[in-house]
Amino acid sequence: MSIPYYVPPELLIKDRSDFARSGVAKGKPVVIASVREGIVLVTENPSASLRKISEIYDRIAFAGVGRYNEFEALRVAGIRYADLRGYAYDRADVTARSVAAAYAQTLGAVFTGEPKPLEVELAVAEVGERPAEDQFFRISFDGSVAQITGLLVIGGGAEDLTARLREELPTAPRLSDVLVRVVGKDGGGWEAAVLRRGAERRAFARLSESELKAAVSSRRRKGSA
Amino acid sequence: MRASARQVGGLGEAGLTGAYLAPGSSFAEFLAREAPHLLPGSRIVGTEGASLTSDDGAAPSATTAVALTYPGGIIMAGDRRATVGTTIASRDIEKVYPADGTSAIAVAGTAGLAIELVRMFQLELEHYEKVEGTGLSIAGKANRLATLVRSHLALALRGLAVVPLYGGYDTERKQGRIFSYDVTGGRYEEREYHAVGSGAVFARGSLKKLWNPQLTSDQAARTAVTALIDAADDDAATAGPDVGRAIWPVVARVDESGYRRLPDEELAAIVHEIYEGATR
Repeated sequence: MSIPYYVPPELLIKDRSDFARSGVAKGKPVVIASVREGIVLVTENPSASLRKISEIYDRIAFAGVGRYNEFEALRVAGIRYADLRGYAYDRADVTARSVAAAYAQTLGAVFTGEPKPLEVELAVAEVGERPAEDQFFRISFDGSVAQITGLLVIGGGAEDLTARLREELPTAPRLSDVLVRVVGKDGGGWEAAVLRRGAERRAFARLSESELKAAVSSRRRKGSA
Repeated sequence: MRASARQVGGLGEAGLTGAYLAPGSSFAEFLAREAPHLLPGSRIVGTEGASLTSDDGAAPSATTAVALTYPGGIIMAGDRRATVGTTIASRDIEKVYPADGTSAIAVAGTAGLAIELVRMFQLELEHYEKVEGTGLSIAGKANRLATLVRSHLALALRGLAVVPLYGGYDTERKQGRIFSYDVTGGRYEEREYHAVGSGAVFARGSLKKLWNPQLTSDQAARTAVTALIDAADDDAATAGPDVGRAIWPVVARVDESGYRRLPDEELAAIVHEIYEGATR
């Protein structure tokens, strides 16, 4: 009879964390920021059909980085969770907090219970009446949740980008302030969406490439004048 | 622990597993797997073989709704009455709703189930759009509705029928399209006009005389209201415009720019115009 090797739990967790973290670090970062117009979500993404940003519910949006098949399944699960809650109770009863908690449960259970942790990092954002009421949640591969206000970056190089943006962004930024600093002058190959503040029902709207280019270039002209 | 959390309708904190991660983009199918007791057509234990109709004085019925096409779109309209037997249960119920941004649904039959059907259909379209990132074609939407109606068949056989009327703007063909249904989920495209509910026979007679392929959008709205007034004239369960309380029929227009419900002032003007024309 063979005796299974003893692996101390600290080492097991560390191995799994390192594995998942390196998977997440390969993903291009997604920037989520509170602006006067609402919440902007933006990321570099050459594909027009494989999305990293999505609508979840009326005032709630999703962003995922890491392994596409894994965060895509979680995105759809989040939409189902939100729609089921809204159907069983009321539209007003669906909150980013409850969606984030469901994601945390799921990721946490997989992290300890499955052979391979999920190589993803997720963000759930809910737009409020005013920027101060916006809520961001970051859910990590191990199921840990953090609530963040103002600015959240997930994915590879998140810390550096957060530090840079915190320094460069004015207080109470506008949509174009964020876009021009994240996207740069080009505007092609990016995926961007806004949760519009004060929208009657579904607040999520994608920015088309031309809208994105217009926002960035109008800003540059103003800046140079 | 986990089983009890599940029983609440998949709303426990058990994480997103099983049906949540299964492939598919239909909310109704997801609901059937995850929380079947929340489905509108779900079997209510212990009521097999029972039958219940509005005449028994239990469940209110919503009555007449009409739809017609005109070049550029459709008009859909419904009266505001719900009845229980010979009693008026509501004088301001609404039977016409936006299904999504570019289509409308009207319902006749058992009011509670009809409104639930509308909710489920609206959610089904929104859910598909969110999951897939793009909307269904209008024929695809009409077929989804047929499936939802079919799931009500068991209840319909026991006297609780719901019959919808669906219409919208087809962005491919650049025209308005209307679909009618029967209780078995049969789906039929109507090229000109259609009416459902207790006053449908009279409304259809009116539409037959008034409809023509060259109606403008305003004429089409007037024709729809006239048809409802004609139905109310002969059917006790259908209400005409309530001038005293300023309760007007719900009239919706769907064209290239999407769904729009006509405001009360516009309807008041249409109604006065019709009545003045009738007395002259």
